[in-house]
Amino acid sequence: MKILSVCGNGLGSSLILKMAVEKVLKSEDIKANVVVSDLGNAKGLDADYIVASPEIAERLKDHKATVIAIKNMMDKNEIKEKLISQINQ
Amino acid sequence: MSVLNFIVNEILSQPAMLIGIIAMIGLIASQKKFSDVLSGTLKSILGFVILGAGAGVLVGSLNNFGPIFEAGFNIQGVVPNNEAIVAIAQQTFGRETALIMGFGFVANILFARFTPLKYIFLTGHHTFFMAALLSAVLGTAGLTGVPLVVMGSVILGALMVIMPAIADPFMREITGGDDIALGHFGTIGYVAAGLTGKAVGNKENSTEEIKVPETFEFLKDSLLATAITMIIIFLIVGFKAGADVVSDYSGGQGIVIFSIMQGITFAAGVSIILSGVRMILGEIVPAFQGIGEKIVPNAKPALDCPIVFPYAPTAVIVGFFASFLGGIVGMFLLGPIGLTLIIPGLVPHFFTGATAGVFGNAVGGKRGAAFGAFVNGLIITFLPAMLLPVLGSLGFNNTTFGDSDFGVVGIVLGFIAKLIG
Repeated sequence: MKILSVCGNGLGSSLILKMAVEKVLKSEDIKANVVVSDLGNAKGLDADYIVASPEIAERLKDHKATVIAIKNMMDKNEIKEKLISQINQ
Repeated sequence: MSVLNFIVNEILSQPAMLIGIIAMIGLIASQKKFSDVLSGTLKSILGFVILGAGAGVLVGSLNNFGPIFEAGFNIQGVVPNNEAIVAIAQQTFGRETALIMGFGFVANILFARFTPLKYIFLTGHHTFFMAALLSAVLGTAGLTGVPLVVMGSVILGALMVIMPAIADPFMREITGGDDIALGHFGTIGYVAAGLTGKAVGNKENSTEEIKVPETFEFLKDSLLATAITMIIIFLIVGFKAGADVVSDYSGGQGIVIFSIMQGITFAAGVSIILSGVRMILGEIVPAFQGIGEKIVPNAKPALDCPIVFPYAPTAVIVGFFASFLGGIVGMFLLGPIGLTLIIPGLVPHFFTGATAGVFGNAVGGKRGAAFGAFVNGLIITFLPAMLLPVLGSLGFNNTTFGDSDFGVVGIVLGFIAKLIG
């Protein structure tokens, strides 16, 4: 399973979000490859899920992957609720 | 002896290797598996080499820009771009930058552990950029070797806790909580915006009462925004300079196509640099966070500026426009007072202007967002112009550091060096 973590530059926020997502995945015992990307490149990358802030997620809604908007990237519960519930479906 | 010689002369003199060693130490300290340590180390080294390749692409475009601009406007013009100036700086200060960044992380953790400023600064690219600025400014001031690295690392570590601390009162207003701090070296501009907002506005009249069209969403794609800005700037400069001047650099190609291709080439260079930076930091920052959490468990994470955008999406747009306006007004003021022209870029005004807008709005509502971000726009126009002389030979590349704290730190250190010097 591949998860893209996306922000405007692919440097700051997306890396923080990736670290948070990896921690949540680990606690749920789910194996996945989480990759950081900037918005421009993300459109051309393959993935099963995309996590990003709401305004970035909005710009990726046409992507093949399931796009999940995370409001507060420090909030592990939000990530758990939105992402893990999608994965477990 | 020959082993020591090999380490000092061969490995430590090669910045890419140094970056790899820093990543390796971080990965080993966070108890990663051998295969993860190996791949993480290699990725960081690859990232540094990619960064250099990006600089090569971008410099081609900037070397055309500088002389065409001067022919058209009879004054030096500079496009501030952190990625560009840092990538170029690596050709001269790569070793110093790598060491200051590595020890800067350590200094941050020590400051957070032993002072009341409990912040772990997780915006790795800004740590990297500040390390490059410190190398250039301290190097130009005459420091070399161990004193340069020690001084640079201590200053960097201090900035990594001081900047989040001075932004914190505003961050509490913005987030309504106390969980996250801002870790971004545009903080002086944001605090100035906050103070301005407090003075002129009323936080009850929030920007979030207004709805804005979504036309400007493209700005969040910073690569696209960079390409568009640079195409427009090249077109204006090209037409002002005229076809004769342009053809000297374009090999006979017309102004329109040449300008479009140069703008796109610049953006392509930035994109390559960004992917290099991403590879360098993709391993180092998580390792740093893990170690930081262990040593300073009660520290607050200091995060990149878009963290505040969801709290006031309209202030983001208001802030961008007001900051950009400040950049244009500032640009017209620079010429008459004899400073180098700083051309406002969409990307720095978007990220720092938006953040300034959110700061201004939190304490001063609509007026606070607009006036605060306008002040930020002026600041990120004047500071880069005043920074150029203290960068030494690095100041002659038609680009410079964009965000406010780089300017303040560079100018203050340059001033101190002159007093002592």
